[in-house]
Amino acid sequence: MALVSIRSVNKVYDGNVHAVKDVSLEIRDKEFMVFVGPSGCGKTTTLRMVAGLESITSGDIVIGDTVVNQLPPMDRDIAMVFQNYALYPHMSVFHNMAFGLKMRKFEKPEIDKRVRDAAAILGIETLLDRKPRQLSGGQRQRVALGRAIVRHPQVFLFDEPLSNLDAKLRVQMRVELKKLHERLGTTAIYVTHDQVEAMTLGDRVVVMKDGIVQQVGEPLELYNTPANKFVAGFIGSPAMNFADVTLAESGGRLWAEAQGLRIGLPDPIARRANGRNGAHATLGIRPEDIHLASPTDADDLCFEAEVEVIEQLGSEIVLDTRVGRSAFVASVDPSLRMKVHDRLKLAMNPARLHLFDAGSEAAI
Amino acid sequence: MIEGAVWRKWVFYNIPLILFVFVLLFPFYWMIITTFRPDGELYRPWNAANYQPFWTNNPTLDHVLYLFEETSFGRWMLNTMFIAAVSTVISLICGVFAGYALARLNFPFAGGLGTVIFVTYLVPQTLLFIPLAEIIRNFQLGDTPWALILTYPTFLIPFCTWLMMGYFKAIPKELEECARIDGASRWKAMVYIILPVAVPGILSAGIFAFTLSWNEFIYALVFLSSPDQKTVPVGVTSELIRGDVFFWGPLMAGALLGSIPVAIVYSFFVEHYVSGLTGSVKG
Ligand SMILES: Nc1ncnc2c1ncn2[C@@H]1O[C@H](COP(=O)(O)OP(=O)(O)OP(=O)(O)O)[C@@H](O)[C@H]1O
Ligand SMILES: [Mg+2]
Repeated sequence: MALVSIRSVNKVYDGNVHAVKDVSLEIRDKEFMVFVGPSGCGKTTTLRMVAGLESITSGDIVIGDTVVNQLPPMDRDIAMVFQNYALYPHMSVFHNMAFGLKMRKFEKPEIDKRVRDAAAILGIETLLDRKPRQLSGGQRQRVALGRAIVRHPQVFLFDEPLSNLDAKLRVQMRVELKKLHERLGTTAIYVTHDQVEAMTLGDRVVVMKDGIVQQVGEPLELYNTPANKFVAGFIGSPAMNFADVTLAESGGRLWAEAQGLRIGLPDPIARRANGRNGAHATLGIRPEDIHLASPTDADDLCFEAEVEVIEQLGSEIVLDTRVGRSAFVASVDPSLRMKVHDRLKLAMNPARLHLFDAGSEAAI
Repeated sequence: MIEGAVWRKWVFYNIPLILFVFVLLFPFYWMIITTFRPDGELYRPWNAANYQPFWTNNPTLDHVLYLFEETSFGRWMLNTMFIAAVSTVISLICGVFAGYALARLNFPFAGGLGTVIFVTYLVPQTLLFIPLAEIIRNFQLGDTPWALILTYPTFLIPFCTWLMMGYFKAIPKELEECARIDGASRWKAMVYIILPVAVPGILSAGIFAFTLSWNEFIYALVFLSSPDQKTVPVGVTSELIRGDVFFWGPLMAGALLGSIPVAIVYSFFVEHYVSGLTGSVKG
């Protein structure tokens, strides 16, 4: 068990691709930290630097209380699960799992015990004699996990370990991973581009973009108070709605205005946006925070929208609507009946409005 | 395959296949029939009444016996086998390590070096034997098997290196990275993980190298002179063609017997060999 500390780390490939820019993170002991971000944002690169598979251009990486910058992977006491599993194709499942222990000169009985324990945890006891090619994708995934846990390393590193599985299996393995982490309590760094995986698995989540950390926080923190427009749009599904608005003061209140839209900003936001009268901004609201207006909804939070697409999901209805030049997705009560081209009056939940600077895209 | 019209299948599939197989197998058939045909039939003019080129009614072992009694064919076989085996082993070892280094170690100019090694393979032996003859003479290796054992790797090593480099590049690098995280040094990762996975590639390279040195002609012709030192291709052609007289029976018997070891090597490894060419490596 150990903390991992990444201090102002940069990675430049071949002198021109700046893949990771000045990343600083503290991953606490026993924490499950998830790196999430779009393709090419430098998640894998960061993980590989922690593993020692990639050199660090500048900065320090500390595992436990050792600076590991110069340590080869084998001396870092980590285990890694790769996206394509990387099982040794010529070895049986048992030997795949035992390889790391053999290399570290464990005694035979100890190897046997550890492999069987890990196999029992993962439910693959009956597969120990098979070769990797005789396994299904999910079973291979388990073997890859088993190979990591037999060593009782200080840190687990996962690089999109579930992305080769079908949707159902992915959900199942996600739950198992979570249980496994609860049981072993080993510090883990998990890379994914799937925000649902990030939200469900992570004790904390790091959102990255273009090699830069956008925000670090607990899943709900990212969901409720995104630091910028990118995080707001990346976390949550369906994604947050954005509308380009102009801020206007009138009657002692601050309004966000766009074609067909005039929303009175609630107090806390209005106070933060003080002095921006006339400025451009981006208004953000999640689909689940828009509902069909009822008489109790204040008029300054309502807007009229034309329904363009109706997606009935059973648990909710996802409406694609149009308001002037902006599009809003709303997820509403599944019992409602409506048709395409209906004009509806929708209302926003004032406590869950977000406002972003038009230039820097930072939250206001 | 989607079945089209029957004629289509014949025209584009069956007939070309039959032609191809015929062209490939006919020389072997000719070799076999000539080996067992008595001299009387061999030298019968084509317009004789009982001319029968594709069959014989009086098979004989005379030519085979002649080969073993009147020439040093047995020696030639042993020489060839020894030379081919040793030069193959040397070339394989060098080729595997060089291929690995070129594919996996990021040293400066690795790419350029790979190309240069390949280019040396392209230098024709008909040019190279001249300076090599000088070297062999200076080391006083002429007329010994070592003359060939040391010169064959000049084309076998580039060949094996290039083939192995391609093979190693196709092995996912995560396999090795995982082994290194598991606690293996680069050397151990290579010995325990990469080499076993590359066995089909190594076998392919070995079989090709063995066949190339078994059939090699020019160096063997130039560097060996006494009848007892010769290899099969050189021995057969130099001892059984005297002036303009071709001893067709023993020639063909020699060719036939000489191709047997290669055939055995092939069939012995064919399973791995074929999978080496077609099988993919999956993590
Ligand atoms: N070996 C390399 N040489 C040069 N550039 C590289 C190398 N590996 C990655 N990059 C670049 O570094 C950037 C970050 O890559 P990285 O693999 O870390 O992305 P990622 O966040 O893991 O993306 P994905 O979700 O697609 O796996 C990309 O722009 C990529 O092109
Ligand atoms: Mg990646």
